[in-house]
Amino acid sequence: MYSEEHIRYLKKLKRNKIIILITQIMLAVLFIATWQLLAHFNLINTFITSSPSRVLKTIINLHQTNNLYTHIFSTVFETIISFSVGTIIGIVIATILWWNSFLSKVLDPYLIVLNSLPKVALGPIIIIWIGANTTSIVVMALLISVIVTIINVLQGFKETDPIKIKLMKALGATKYQTYFKLVLPSSFNNIISALKINVSMSLIGIVMGEFLVSKKGIGYLIMYGSQVFNLDLVITGIVILAIVSAIMYYLVYYLEKKLSTNN
Amino acid sequence: MKKKKILSIENLKKIYHTKQGEILAVDNFSFNLYKGEFVAIVGPSGCGKSTILSILCGLEKITKGSVTFHNNATIGYMLQQDSLFKWRTILDNCLLGLEIKKTLTDENKQYVLNLLKTYGLGDFINNYPTSLSGGMRQRAALIRTLATKPDILLLDEPFSALDYQTRLAVSDDVYNIIKKEGKSVIMVTHDIAEAISMADRIIVLTKRPGKIKKIYDINLSNKSTPIENRKAKEFAHYYEQIWKDLDFHV
Repeated sequence: MYSEEHIRYLKKLKRNKIIILITQIMLAVLFIATWQLLAHFNLINTFITSSPSRVLKTIINLHQTNNLYTHIFSTVFETIISFSVGTIIGIVIATILWWNSFLSKVLDPYLIVLNSLPKVALGPIIIIWIGANTTSIVVMALLISVIVTIINVLQGFKETDPIKIKLMKALGATKYQTYFKLVLPSSFNNIISALKINVSMSLIGIVMGEFLVSKKGIGYLIMYGSQVFNLDLVITGIVILAIVSAIMYYLVYYLEKKLSTNN
Repeated sequence: MKKKKILSIENLKKIYHTKQGEILAVDNFSFNLYKGEFVAIVGPSGCGKSTILSILCGLEKITKGSVTFHNNATIGYMLQQDSLFKWRTILDNCLLGLEIKKTLTDENKQYVLNLLKTYGLGDFINNYPTSLSGGMRQRAALIRTLATKPDILLLDEPFSALDYQTRLAVSDDVYNIIKKEGKSVIMVTHDIAEAISMADRIIVLTKRPGKIKKIYDINLSNKSTPIENRKAKEFAHYYEQIWKDLDFHV
């Protein structure tokens, strides 16, 4: 059994955790309440700031007209496509670059330029080449997520313990065996953290694409709202986006926890 | 009993090419390893000790000279750290070499299982390396090396990552297993005491380029395990000699 002091210590740890959680919730409640009160007493102009109750009303309205789920589904679906394709392409390209160090060295400056280039600048070209449709939104998100994935995953591949690589060589392993038995599994954590970044990158890309071309999606909702000066719609879009991105992030986080037990 | 040669190295020379120029790492290095013999190579750091092992297991090319394995003797390489893969169980780690060489038969797997059982890891075959102590991990690494049934073991500072006490215990452990399995060994170390306590013969190398400075036949009275050997009365004498040979300066 634990000593009394240790029990006190454990209780203190638990209490601290609860206090932090309560403070976090209070902060959100305080923010929403202040916003609502300021709006209620006309201390802020709700035409440009909206208010929590109006956001709620907008959500209910969207729900009743069945538009809410179309928009969310559209954005989430496109994000998942871009996320999955981006991850696969990114890992494949990183693998090719790890395999061929000549190619990796040649392409290094290009990767850096591509990574630092704001991909939104390519938007207009993509729309002209591919057309104002879903494909060009996904392509835009892909451009954003793929480069980051390549760089992060390749970094992980290159950080493989040189002593273990020596071990594989001494055992007579082929490059293929070294990759599948050592490099890929040992980069597991890097790949997962690349996925985490990739989720938010894909969402950014999709929303950006929706700003430019779409007829549906949360990005479109925000853009449309701003064009008709319906700030309720704009802020509702942002709130939905915040919720959607948090859920997606936690899904990857959960996946990481689930898979990383043996790593 | 006539000693049987298992490995001959003749006039080995190794030059590395770097941007700064050519580096002569090993020069004029010759020696024979006999079956069942335990040879230690000691020398100051950077003297080319590890280069010799890398050449023996084919990771580095020879610049000049020759290396001959007699009767198709094979080698197993044990590195500075246990280097177990944390995503593989102990058994799967030990089967790695067999998988790579594509010789993972039921018979070979049984051989590895028997090794694990014999050397006290039978209850841990399905554990992951992180759940094992440093000493057990080192033992698993040794079994991984033994799995491919090599005739010669190359030990590259095998205990340098361990703390002092563990190091003594593990070197004792590894020594006993190697002797039981009847392997020939070349061990590279910078630890003079470790070399005297384990080896039958010690080759002292000079500073770079590594050349043979002296060879000692280690004759300890009541030779037994490495820890016991440290108590032998000749121990200090050898230590002093080799210390002088290495000519350390701070």
